[in-house]
Amino acid sequence: MRDAGFKHWDCITPFPVHGLDKAMGVKRSIVPRFSLAGGILGFCTGMSLIWWTGAVDYPLIVGGKPYFSPMFAFPVAYELTILFTAFATIGGMFFLNGLPKHYHPVLKYDQIKRGMDDLFFIVIESRDPRFHATNTRTLLEKAGGTQIQELEA
Amino acid sequence: MAHAESAGPAPAILQEVKPAVLPRATLVENNRSFAWITEKICSIIEGKTPTWWWVCFIVACFVASFTVAGITYLVAVGVGVWGHANPVNWAWDIVNFVFWIGIGHAGTLISAILCLLRQRWRTSINRAAEAMTIFAVVCAAIFPVFHVGRVWYAWYLFPIPNSNVIWQNFRSPLEWDVFAVSTYGTVSVLFWYVGLIPDLAVLRDRFFAAGNKLRSFLYGLFALGWRGSNRHWSNYEMAYLILAGVSTPLVLSVHTIVSFDFAVSLLPGWHTTIFPPYFVAGAIFSGFGMVLTLMLPLRAIYKLEDLITQYHIDCMCKITLATGTIVGYAYAMEFFIAWYGANPYEGFAFINRAFGHYAWAYWIMIACNVITPQFFWFKKVRENTAFVWILSIFVNVGMWFERFVIIVTSLARDFLPSSWGYYSPSIVEIFTFFGTFGVFSVLFLLFIRFLPIMPMAELKAVTPQADVHAGHDHH
Repeated sequence: MRDAGFKHWDCITPFPVHGLDKAMGVKRSIVPRFSLAGGILGFCTGMSLIWWTGAVDYPLIVGGKPYFSPMFAFPVAYELTILFTAFATIGGMFFLNGLPKHYHPVLKYDQIKRGMDDLFFIVIESRDPRFHATNTRTLLEKAGGTQIQELEA
Repeated sequence: MAHAESAGPAPAILQEVKPAVLPRATLVENNRSFAWITEKICSIIEGKTPTWWWVCFIVACFVASFTVAGITYLVAVGVGVWGHANPVNWAWDIVNFVFWIGIGHAGTLISAILCLLRQRWRTSINRAAEAMTIFAVVCAAIFPVFHVGRVWYAWYLFPIPNSNVIWQNFRSPLEWDVFAVSTYGTVSVLFWYVGLIPDLAVLRDRFFAAGNKLRSFLYGLFALGWRGSNRHWSNYEMAYLILAGVSTPLVLSVHTIVSFDFAVSLLPGWHTTIFPPYFVAGAIFSGFGMVLTLMLPLRAIYKLEDLITQYHIDCMCKITLATGTIVGYAYAMEFFIAWYGANPYEGFAFINRAFGHYAWAYWIMIACNVITPQFFWFKKVRENTAFVWILSIFVNVGMWFERFVIIVTSLARDFLPSSWGYYSPSIVEIFTFFGTFGVFSVLFLLFIRFLPIMPMAELKAVTPQADVHAGHDHH
């Protein structure tokens, strides 16, 4: 499929298949960029929160300690780094995947249950410029496909 | 190097090193198919509610009502109903808090650290262990929230602008703890939920095919339109890996910060630098004790022997053994430093722990935490499921006593002999703590009834037939 030049196509698998990304030509995921941004934001939030509340908004001496020090601010900033990274990672993953999605034609296929269970599907979308009703069908048959069906969007 | 071969003695440097190829343990036995796994896990949810479940659920609700009663009385009357009095102003509340938080740690360890270390045996136990983490954090949170006394002011713990215009004291380890525990709870829920999404999609489609529209809708609501697309899996796996990556420093930091509650103080017996690693090891030890306590009955009830194999039990027992021995080492090292540090107060605190008024608690702790896990050296013991289960209970008991010993003995005998005291819990504290086991069981029973107890997608990926290289090593 990749060699035939399709762009809008996909595989439906019950679990992540080792090596399928390479076979499909899917590039390395860019989720880590979201995570990094979230982590930096979290750390800065923690440090600035403690600095602003303790040294700017209401300076108060407790136990003769300084108004602000990155030392005692570190545990909270560290935890917020992790918290924001986790949210950014999951948010980024959903954003890149276009989820949550209320409707997708694949889910209307009466055998989709098996695609989540023990069968493996290939989906080619008709908006692909190389899509052609009969030629694509032949291509899928040549690739060893069985049960080829057209689904309405 | 070619001429070296003809010379008599073997060359000192090998031309190449061939590491021995060790057979990998099978993680799913009897060569089960993908469909078998789906059917096995889903049938637990789709089948009729078993009678034992209702019995356990009702008993658990009854036990949980003790916490409700204890807390209601506390809120109505005040914190004075707990047995706290000078000098022991911190006792069962913090003991129970640390106990429950510690139990949660094994879940995160299994899901995060073992994921990064590519220990694939984690797959069949990680879902239930993560659920255990979340429910344990829920039980733990009850204590600090209610020990503030006027519980309706508990939100003062968070930096929310309030009418007093004053902010939290971020120099205090107790405030660090607020952030550590709330982050831990949140990230654990997120991690668990992300893992659940593909399995919820399976349930959605199965209930739809079976004509159960309502349940299909509910599972579908939380499956967020997951459709098993490989482009999605690619992002999903990356996100999962990063979550594992951030959960690892998280789990280590949470118990470190919990130990700061004590280590940052000046009290003899608390003010020690060994606390962070010692607490983390203890937490993992107690957590694995609890994982064994929960998983062995589940395995027997649902006949999951093909998915939780003897190999899995062996691994869990060995981790319990390793962490238990680390904990034993920490006990010994504390004593050594108390003597070597030549601080009379520190020395007294430890002599007092082992031979003072609370010596009974100290020796229960040693027996349960240091001696019990040593049985796991023996294969015969690890293969005897019933015996492993009993030992796991001892581990749980021992770790509760560890926190009791640390907290109460140090407070009861502080610097001034005139203020020494002896602490015993009040009935309200006993009720509250006893009931948390019910709270935990109620949540866990609901989990096994309505959610897949094992990650189906991950299990399928570790079956022999999912390996595209047909069992050959491929690194």
